[in-house]
Amino acid sequence: MTAPSLLLDNVTRVHGTGDTAVRALDGVTLEVMPGELVAVMGPSGSGKSTLLNLAGGLDMATSGRVVIEGEDLTTLNAKGIAQLRRRRVGFVFQDYNLIPSLTAAENVALPLELDGERAGKARRHARQTLDLMGLRELSDRFPDQMSGGQQQRVAIARALIGSRRLVLADEPTGALDTHTGEDVLRVLRERCDDGVAGLLVTHEARHAAWADRVVFLRDGVVVDSTGRASSAEDLLDTASR
Amino acid sequence: MSVKQGLMALLAEGPMYGAQLRSEFEERTGGTWPLNVGQVYTTLNRLERDGLVEPTGEADSEGRISYRLTDAGVAEVGTWWTTPVDRDNTPRDELTIKLALAVTVPGVDVAAVARTQRTATMRHLHDLTRLKQDVMRKQRDAERDEPEPDESDSTANHDLAWLLVLENLIFSAEAEVRWLDHVETRLHRESLRPFRRSGDSAGAAKARAEVEETAYRREVGSQQQTDRTGARR
Repeated sequence: MTAPSLLLDNVTRVHGTGDTAVRALDGVTLEVMPGELVAVMGPSGSGKSTLLNLAGGLDMATSGRVVIEGEDLTTLNAKGIAQLRRRRVGFVFQDYNLIPSLTAAENVALPLELDGERAGKARRHARQTLDLMGLRELSDRFPDQMSGGQQQRVAIARALIGSRRLVLADEPTGALDTHTGEDVLRVLRERCDDGVAGLLVTHEARHAAWADRVVFLRDGVVVDSTGRASSAEDLLDTASR
Repeated sequence: MSVKQGLMALLAEGPMYGAQLRSEFEERTGGTWPLNVGQVYTTLNRLERDGLVEPTGEADSEGRISYRLTDAGVAEVGTWWTTPVDRDNTPRDELTIKLALAVTVPGVDVAAVARTQRTATMRHLHDLTRLKQDVMRKQRDAERDEPEPDESDSTANHDLAWLLVLENLIFSAEAEVRWLDHVETRLHRESLRPFRRSGDSAGAAKARAEVEETAYRREVGSQQQTDRTGARR
């Protein structure tokens, strides 16, 4: 059986202590398999961003395990986590986060260079990745010479350069109009259809519908998921309890 | 949706017989609202009675009669295109009625009803999105094969028509998910209030009556206060 690219196993994250403690996530279990795009929806403060930060090793769980491609983050030290993040996990943010003084190809090459790859080789690789994603014409453009949608597609290329097969996207379409947002989702969907695992945080149902599964969070708890349906008996049972 | 207007809009393109109208209608709307031939002919008969369409001549060798628009029919289609669809008439919606009743009928877990529906609507939205992705992929492939398509390319136009229908269904499903999210949040807030709707309905009614009584007293009190202040002035 294929191992999940990402596994959150009964993960809880508590901020603060005592009376002021806030359970941002409470016993969340979630799996993302290679080739699968999973969307997370929920109101503000439901724990979506906390979940994404834990999944990417940007934050540590109070209890439970976070496993990326078989590596349990709780067993790694800070250096190990940083390395795992550089090599295995790509992030896509709402505001693209491209470096303004670098071209698209240089931005995409950056994670490889930071991981010790020679600049020339890293840039060749970056151009190949941009080609593969149909973004060749953007290679030599600077961020301010690109539209929001183009920048976000470059950001996805950057997230998936090298050996990284897990992409964590936090509201990647939040700053884009309907059509441009769809272009970005299409690129993400195509990457996942090619075997990448994706976790997409969004508050728009229309965008979540591009995912294979949708998980609904409320107050740090998974309250619902499209993988499961309640029967009429369940509804009546719950009501009579 | 009025079948009458739909058929007349198709006849504005040129004469057609019943089965042809049916297949054109279904193809352009992606089979979302299927018609049967009987329905088409009944509608044509009514339109003929009202002087909006007329047969083009005798039946062909297979017994089919083509219809065309009369001048009055052409005018009616023109009016249809330029008049907005009437939205004042609120159609009965089963889900809205179900949730309204779930809130008022004792013993139903409203939140569970809302969640189950949201899951189902989300799945429906997912299926529609997949269909849309297929249409868009087809359009991209066509664009790649033929970068400058002929404006009269009927396949491209039919794909566009189907895409618009799909997107309407997608936006509607999305609106429903948003509304159900809102319902869940509202129910959650209500459940945090001191008096719950569900459970002991007699107790709840008594509690509600007490709240109303208190509010009334406060109102009367503040009114008296105002009167006193007014009197002092």
